[in-house]
Amino acid sequence: MSDIRLDAIWKKFGATEVIRGIDLTIDPGEFVVLVGPSGCGKSTLLNLISGLETLSSGNIFIGGRKVNDVPPRDRDIAMVFQSYALYPTKSVRDNITFGMSVRHIPRQVQDAAVAEFAGLLHIEDYLERKPAQLSGGQRQRVAMGRALVRKPDVFLFDEPLSNLDAKLRIEMRTEIKKLHQRLGKTVVYVTHDQIEAMTLATRIAVMDAGHIRQFADPFTVYDDPVDLFVAGFMGSPPMNMIEGKLRQDGGSFVECGAPGAELRFPLPEAMARRVAGHDGLAVILGLRPETIFAAGSELPGPDRYCFELPVAVVEPTGPDTMIVFEIGGRDLIARVRPQDARPQGTRFRFEVEMRKAKLFDAASGLRL
Amino acid sequence: MNRRQIDGIVRRGGPWQAVQRGVLFAVLALFCAYYLVPLVVMISTSFKSLDEIRLGTLTSLPQAVTFEAWAKAWGSACVGVRCDGLQPYVWNSVMMVVPAVALSTFLGALNGYALTKWRFRGADVIFALILFGAFIPFQVILLPMARTLGVLGLAGTIPGLIMVHTIYGLAFTTLFFRNFFIGVSDGIVRAAQVDGASFFGIFFRIILPMSLPAIVVTLIWQFTQIWNDFLFGVAFTVGESNPVTVALNNVVNTSTGVKEYNVDMAAAIIAALPTLAVYVLAGSYFVRGLSAGAVKG
Amino acid sequence: MALPKALSRSPWRSIDRWLPQIVVSPLFAVSLFFVYGFIAWTVYISFTRSGVMPNYTLDGVGQYVRLWATPRWQVALRNLVTFSVLFIGLCLVIGILLAVLLDQRIRIEGAIRTIYLYPMALSFIVTGTVWKWILNPGLGLERVMHRAGFESFTFDWLVNADFAIYTVVIAGVWQSSGYAMALFLAGLRSVDDEVLKAAAIDGAGPLRTYFGIVLPMMRPVFMSTVIILAHLAIKSFDLVMALTGGGPGYATDMPATFMYAYAFQRSELGVAAASAVMMLVTIIAIIVPYLYSELREGRR
Repeated sequence: MSDIRLDAIWKKFGATEVIRGIDLTIDPGEFVVLVGPSGCGKSTLLNLISGLETLSSGNIFIGGRKVNDVPPRDRDIAMVFQSYALYPTKSVRDNITFGMSVRHIPRQVQDAAVAEFAGLLHIEDYLERKPAQLSGGQRQRVAMGRALVRKPDVFLFDEPLSNLDAKLRIEMRTEIKKLHQRLGKTVVYVTHDQIEAMTLATRIAVMDAGHIRQFADPFTVYDDPVDLFVAGFMGSPPMNMIEGKLRQDGGSFVECGAPGAELRFPLPEAMARRVAGHDGLAVILGLRPETIFAAGSELPGPDRYCFELPVAVVEPTGPDTMIVFEIGGRDLIARVRPQDARPQGTRFRFEVEMRKAKLFDAASGLRL
Repeated sequence: MNRRQIDGIVRRGGPWQAVQRGVLFAVLALFCAYYLVPLVVMISTSFKSLDEIRLGTLTSLPQAVTFEAWAKAWGSACVGVRCDGLQPYVWNSVMMVVPAVALSTFLGALNGYALTKWRFRGADVIFALILFGAFIPFQVILLPMARTLGVLGLAGTIPGLIMVHTIYGLAFTTLFFRNFFIGVSDGIVRAAQVDGASFFGIFFRIILPMSLPAIVVTLIWQFTQIWNDFLFGVAFTVGESNPVTVALNNVVNTSTGVKEYNVDMAAAIIAALPTLAVYVLAGSYFVRGLSAGAVKG
Repeated sequence: MALPKALSRSPWRSIDRWLPQIVVSPLFAVSLFFVYGFIAWTVYISFTRSGVMPNYTLDGVGQYVRLWATPRWQVALRNLVTFSVLFIGLCLVIGILLAVLLDQRIRIEGAIRTIYLYPMALSFIVTGTVWKWILNPGLGLERVMHRAGFESFTFDWLVNADFAIYTVVIAGVWQSSGYAMALFLAGLRSVDDEVLKAAAIDGAGPLRTYFGIVLPMMRPVFMSTVIILAHLAIKSFDLVMALTGGGPGYATDMPATFMYAYAFQRSELGVAAASAVMMLVTIIAIIVPYLYSELREGRR
């Protein structure tokens, strides 16, 4: 097992800076997911770690060894690609053993390795077929087999599930997690799907515009986002962002909505203390959909706030129903139990758990 | 042709790599010489006097540059019995190429459109039948065509040659446009239909403006093919109406008098200039024409 | 794609409905007459006793018997085989070599490609003219070598009946190998970058990557290129005419020049037609299976 250390790395393509000074330390055996919108530089970062791109500046260490000028084949890594990148003219078996045969590993060792992982990945029935004869899911498994079979120290995944249909994606996600738990190798995994990031990662690096915004375990990233970007990117449906003003008149409130019809969300004590003395500050109140529910549907607790607004749209998803409503012209979503849902147009009494609310400085986007 | 996205792969440095790169460039340069030397020889010979040609070598550069050979090739070299140089034949070629290229390209576009975007019953069979015409050895139609041109009173005339080139160019142009239109979404035609556009309305107002690249590729391809043609020219024209390729061949292969290599070379360059110019100016389209239909994806 | 019912009521619409067929029909008719009709005519003539003038009385396979008994036709066929094998082989080797070399992150690739491909823009007549001069016995290559100190060097292939066909190969390869290069390069460029990245991660060096992975993927391109070159070879007429005129004697005759000579110079229509039909049959044997597989692929 190897750790990976990125030390002030930059990547420029001509004048475009794609990676803008990233420091990152990945512990041995970790499953790190790089997540972010398209164009944030996550795939480039992965290519830099794999040696498929050359650094503009900075250093990369794998297992304590500086690998800046080490070609991919000597970095002891394996990679799974989005398009799977199987060799179309080779059989599944030859696809899997190609890396070993390039390294002149004896035939018996190759066969043993194929046998081991073919069973693990359930591809033993079509080892002699060509990639074109396989389904998407099967190709995905072969691509994983090709990566696993050399038993490298580090696995790199570049959006490996994005070409699969929704059902297979969930299935393969679980399987990747199982494999990681079983093999314990260091994994760096790129995806734009924040649910994949949440489910797989031991730590998530949320990227934006060539920077890492936050690097932490999934719960911290979800519950304790450092800024508006991370808060807005993680979670589906996304966090509700309500623009407002901080009011400190007999308690701390966030005042939002149109003049005359303002809502005043009371801040819990701890949060109020943090923002003391900022009366009138423009803020953004972040409420995840699951923290807004039908009044009285949960056991009563401290720091609850109730308000009543008309239902704009009802979106059942099965286990929950999303209720869309408006504050100050912006659509917000509440996640309620299906039996609490009311038809469009009726007035609905919402209850908010203010302890789970996040408060951001509207100007800087930073968490308050 | 797009560049690779793999240029950044970290490679081992060191002297061995440098040697490999060196060999690579040496081989590439060698082949550049292989392709360029005949052109250089052609140009340099055309600027030499006959004496210099007799005394010097192929690869020596002209000592005293003279335009005599060019003047003669253009204006006074003997093609058969007529000694007006290539000039009248260049005009013959121009008169023949322009209508033949325009007609075959336009009709090819129209047919390609009708065959792909209005897939009526049997369209595939018709296309396959037409396509076959692009591959036949033209020897098989030479005799009947010569007779047909005679019957139509077009034997040995430029209009006759235009007709021949248009007819046998159609298979190619239809193929080009079909391959292009197959990539155009049927949805566009459906949407236009729903908007009330007619068959020709869709063709002229929607499809043609979208197909500019395909049109350019086809124009260039047809121009090169027809300008460079020799078989039809030599089979269906006589003396006065010869295209420039036939005239060039006659200049080069006359057995009478002193062999004037400099005039031959100047004449060859004159015959080659139009297509070379197109190639230099629109090389990428030319390459696309060459590989159209041969490489998928 | 039929028009929606509601749109097709007026008489205008019903004409509109048939317009695609109406538009295609002249082309179809032209194709039927000028391709299939003419082929039929030529085939028919090849089974008659036509000489200087066409004669429409059927006469069995007499013309074919005469054709195959003609030494000149046998020379033409032998030349075609020699030429095709060497021409296709050399073009493929040079084409693949240059395509692979050009694929190695060459900064001035565009310029080099332009140089390799320009002969393709020339007429075969121009190519023939140039090479006729370069290969000129006495003043051409031979003199260059003499001046360079190789006094005993002789190079008379152009006028040597045994070797003249190789000069046609030399000029043909010069003109068409760049074309093969372009086709292969386009094929190489269509290989998914991720496959190459995977090969780099797997540890394959450049040779292994090309021979183990990329070139096997080029099989369809390889097939198309061979077909295209074979097609060029069988139809080759201009180059021979310009370079050797079929000579010395008829040493460099090819089926195409043979047919032309018999049709327009010797006016033996029957033999000419028979030779044209032989060419057609050869092309059909090569092209039809290829077209069939291409069309089937296109439909998928």
